Amino acid sequence: MQNFWSLFAAYLAFWAIFFVYDFTVARRLARVEKDLTQMKQQLREP
Amino acid sequence: MKRRTLTTVILAGLFFFAGYAVFFIAPDEATMHAIQRIFYFHASSGWAAMEGTGIVFFANVAYLWKRQPKWDWLAVSAVEVSLAFWSVVLVTGPIWAHPVWGVWWAWDWRLTLTLILWVLYVAYLILRTLIDDFERRASSSAIFGVFVFLGVPLDYLSIRIWRTQHPQPVLFDGPDSGLAPTMAKVFFFCSALMTFLMIVLVVQRYRLERLKHEAEETRLVLEERAETEYRNREVERRTALGG
Repeated sequence: MQNFWSLFAAYLAFWAIFFVYDFTVARRLARVEKDLTQMKQQLREP
Repeated sequence: MKRRTLTTVILAGLFFFAGYAVFFIAPDEATMHAIQRIFYFHASSGWAAMEGTGIVFFANVAYLWKRQPKWDWLAVSAVEVSLAFWSVVLVTGPIWAHPVWGVWWAWDWRLTLTLILWVLYVAYLILRTLIDDFERRASSSAIFGVFVFLGVPLDYLSIRIWRTQHPQPVLFDGPDSGLAPTMAKVFFFCSALMTFLMIVLVVQRYRLERLKHEAEETRLVLEERAETEYRNREVERRTALGG
């Protein structure tokens, strides 16, 4: 297949961009959820 | 969690089918051959990016009108997701251009405007980090976002208005334009899929923004409670000393 590596690089870039983006969002989400759970627990404490 | 898993499974299945359609169902283009297959994800990512910036514009206008935080959360979520799609466009475009044009980049209207939009939306995110006050941050970024959006229709129309190095439109541009029926079906399927992915990512990112706001409010309540407790202890201590 002509230009196979260019095609491969383009699809790899596509997946890499979305994977990295989704990973960063998931990590930030996990951190905020953890903080929020801890703070809510502190609020419940007398 | 279950809904997220289900969405991921559906998206994975749809992407698997899209990949199959792009490589095995769509016919080979007569002059560019295999490299033309980048088009299916490149152009549909461009569509999704423009739809995302449309959401940003709508949310910015809604915030300036209603002043409700939820519109600011939606705007910033859509900006981030649109930037991911613009990045795909800006990376896959040159990969296609190199074997077809012989150069990675040309400073024509479409490419230059897309790059400027990408830079301006990055600036939108940077601007938000520089302002601490919520109201001021939301208002400033909403005004900035409305002005940046003016470039999006210009970017879309640039290949219709000017003669550009970028290929002329193959869809919605008169009787001589158009794709082969199978190519068009694959392209529309990929475009719908990118739109779906964009919506899923915006919903996820919006949730993050909402939780950040909730965390900030909870932190303020905790700080207030700690301050009240400290003040009460001080009063008690002084009363004890006085007594």
